[in-house]
Amino acid sequence: MQEWANLALDTARVRGATFADARVVDIRLRDLSTKNGEVGNLAESESLGLGLRVIANGCWGFASTDRLTREGVQACAAYAVSIARASALAKREDIVMAPEEAFVDTWQNPFVQDPFEIPLERQLELLLTADREMRRIKGVTLAETSMQFRRLEQWYASTLGSRIHQVKMQSGAGIMAMSFAGDEIQKRSYPSSFGGQHQLAGYELISSLDLVSHAARVGEEAVALHSAVQCPEGQSTIILESSQLGLQVHESIGHPIELDRVLGMEANFAGLSFLTLEKLGKLRYASEIVNVVADARLEHGPGLGTFGYDDEGVPAQCTNVIKDGLFTGYLSNRETAPVIGLSRGGGTMRAESWNRLPMIRMTNVSLQPGTWDYDDLIADTDDAILMETNRSWSIDDHRYHFQFSTEIGWEIKNGKKGRMLKHPSYSGITTEFWNSCDAICSREHWTLWGTPNCGKGQPMQTMGTGHGAAPSRFRNVRVGVAFAKG
Amino acid sequence: MTPPPKKTKRHAPPVAEAHLPTDGELRRLAERVLRLSDADETEVEIDAGADALTRFANNTIHQNVAERNLSVSVRTVFDGCTARATTNKTDEAALRRVIAASSMLARSQPKHPDLLPMLGKQKYPRVARYFAETTEATPKDRARAVARAIGVAAAADQTAAGIFTTGASVMALANSRGLFAAHRQTRAEFSVTMMESDSSGWAKANSPDIKRIDPAELGASASRKAAASRAPREVKTGRWTVILEPAAVLDLVGFLFYDFAATAIRDQRSCFNKRVGKKVMGDNITVRDDVTHLLQTGAPFDGEGLPRQQVLLIERGVLRNLVYSRASAKKMKNKPTGHGLPLPNEYGEAPYNLVFEGGTTPVDEMISSTERGILLTRLWYIRDVDPYEKVLTGMTRDGTFLVEDGRIAGGVRNFRFNQNILEMLSNVEQLGPAVRAAGEESFEMVVPAMKVRGFHFTEVTKF
Repeated sequence: MQEWANLALDTARVRGATFADARVVDIRLRDLSTKNGEVGNLAESESLGLGLRVIANGCWGFASTDRLTREGVQACAAYAVSIARASALAKREDIVMAPEEAFVDTWQNPFVQDPFEIPLERQLELLLTADREMRRIKGVTLAETSMQFRRLEQWYASTLGSRIHQVKMQSGAGIMAMSFAGDEIQKRSYPSSFGGQHQLAGYELISSLDLVSHAARVGEEAVALHSAVQCPEGQSTIILESSQLGLQVHESIGHPIELDRVLGMEANFAGLSFLTLEKLGKLRYASEIVNVVADARLEHGPGLGTFGYDDEGVPAQCTNVIKDGLFTGYLSNRETAPVIGLSRGGGTMRAESWNRLPMIRMTNVSLQPGTWDYDDLIADTDDAILMETNRSWSIDDHRYHFQFSTEIGWEIKNGKKGRMLKHPSYSGITTEFWNSCDAICSREHWTLWGTPNCGKGQPMQTMGTGHGAAPSRFRNVRVGVAFAKG
Repeated sequence: MTPPPKKTKRHAPPVAEAHLPTDGELRRLAERVLRLSDADETEVEIDAGADALTRFANNTIHQNVAERNLSVSVRTVFDGCTARATTNKTDEAALRRVIAASSMLARSQPKHPDLLPMLGKQKYPRVARYFAETTEATPKDRARAVARAIGVAAAADQTAAGIFTTGASVMALANSRGLFAAHRQTRAEFSVTMMESDSSGWAKANSPDIKRIDPAELGASASRKAAASRAPREVKTGRWTVILEPAAVLDLVGFLFYDFAATAIRDQRSCFNKRVGKKVMGDNITVRDDVTHLLQTGAPFDGEGLPRQQVLLIERGVLRNLVYSRASAKKMKNKPTGHGLPLPNEYGEAPYNLVFEGGTTPVDEMISSTERGILLTRLWYIRDVDPYEKVLTGMTRDGTFLVEDGRIAGGVRNFRFNQNILEMLSNVEQLGPAVRAAGEESFEMVVPAMKVRGFHFTEVTKF
């Protein structure tokens, strides 16, 4: 496959490109799902192709093809260069990129069990058993389960001389029970909502989730929510469990720090960022106990943002995003790094597949663990609402004002977990919210969550991102607005 | 309507060029797959596309991309079990491998009690959605159109960002019982945001026919909105009369589309559960699903090859009908409507060609008849809060105006809303003519602008 990438570079150079990088990508997917005791989706797919990025006349062009033949690759490369030349019709300045070294390397994430080698019958049996356990609970009206596996193999080559081969194996699974009664649909999920947990791992992740043993509780809580007390409306202390906090990090820290968004490149669709350049190193983003990193290195964990090299050949890095509450770093690439005075791209460029242009994406944007034991945190809290498992999420196009709701909540009174609450929700302004954080649990309560479906770009690309978080406490947060009658 | 792009000497192939297979080539490829399969039944879906997108921001083109792909998706059936495998390789070995993968998946599962035999030959309504001129757009054509929109921005001392995309696709569905269906269509879309230091405006249009896209006019419209919303003031939250332009209507009502699925009712996750036959919206709301509508796009057949029928969903506010796949129709003792999704799937069916009946009141007249209200251009990040009461949350964006005494009084800071959509559609006071609308949260539909009383804004953001 490397030869096709090399041929694309050679053709682009002959056509006048001053820079080019090519990716040949081979993706294999397996999707399984069940619904109410029956197999729902059962599908596999494979996709192989080449994407080529070039600079000609000082502008970008990108073309991709599934025709991996000499004629197909050369036509693709010629097309990419002609697209770049067309871009020059509306050019302000030539593209300038931070320098980068050439790398010749191979990288693969470690995993124990290849999920594609596990018998399908065993995978389906696990899902159908969890499905059955949820439906054993009276009042469960819908049970769904799912597993997804993805193997991505990529051959990268650039006119800088890099030749990088990477293999990434990704696994994920989750279960969900729904209960309809009266005029309410209540829902519980495990280990997280909207597809569960996903990591750069093999089938060992699925085994570790132990879906079946959680199924009955998931069903019971979905039904119990009907008779739970409505989450109150007003100002409250809240404690967010780690998967909800992971999504909070994603939306209110991960997206605002994308430098392409800050610089206006996403203005028409994903939007801008309140995090304008003068705030770097000056903005008190959060309270002093808050530390956030963007870390693509394997030592951070098997996150969906873990890799050896990004899709423009830059090695994985760790960037301090928030240090002791101070805003200290953006997610950058080779094109945007010079704008903020960096001598090297941040290593964040990734593309959904061979037919998409790499763009700045979150790697593993994680809230670093604090010092609290979870039981101590609850015991230390007089009056609060504990919120678990995301149900809805929304944030404005500058990433300032957000509103989240969760599947379930619990009263915390006098240091103890009390009554179940239904329809929990909270809202706020990003910096005010993060500055209200006064307790973060320790590493033993910290989980590296995977968000497999982050959307960005035109044409839209979905990407997996990682977010580590531990349960944390926030003071004086507005709660209950989403369900207020008004 | 804008004149067609000028013919220019080409330095690059047009986007769709000759890569898209003809119907004859599609049929031959499908027959190759069907011959190789030893399954009880075999279905093959072929999808091919060539698309290009020119993206601009900060008054310059910063991304400019093109892609082509062809995929072959095979569904096999063995003794009441079915599964799907897909590849984008078409050599003999790859086709044998994709059939083997589908067969392995199908044979590895319990028998599916609802699986019906594949359909035989069908007849479909004719739709014309392929425009050669759209396929002939070159990178330079798109760049020149973008340059015109950027010129509008520069003249107004504004900053432009957006996209111009053109493309073509073809899909074919064939099976071992003799069914063959093919559909070919083109797509052109222009979206633009114009920005000033504290305001923005937005416009977007989408059509199979590039002649119906006018980048300069869309740019001018977005520019006027950005200028008119300078120095936005903060106004109080609460219940407001709102005027929703078609894109804002689309992105809200689009969240209803799966609620019309019979499978969603059967699974008790639709907001219409226990509401079939009941009044769920106002007298002035009538909704159909109609793939043949002149402003609609898409294939005239569903994922199993059944012809899509016109279905009256809401008649004067009453929920009359749902859409059915073959399997859900059998379970619920009804007739299939041709809205099934490709099998296997857990969702059943969905209406992808919604058409809301319009009225006669233009947006200008809605404004002039409003004593105090809010005009909304575009909504953003909409999500379900309460799926049965159908409460949606989201933000306003890129052109939010205060209307006072029948006139636009200036821009306002953007709101968060938490709004019951069935309640909203029961509070519609005026309807504009139905148009093909393009938004961000939903696929394109035919919807009117609406003036609605009592729309619920719950919080305000900082811009």
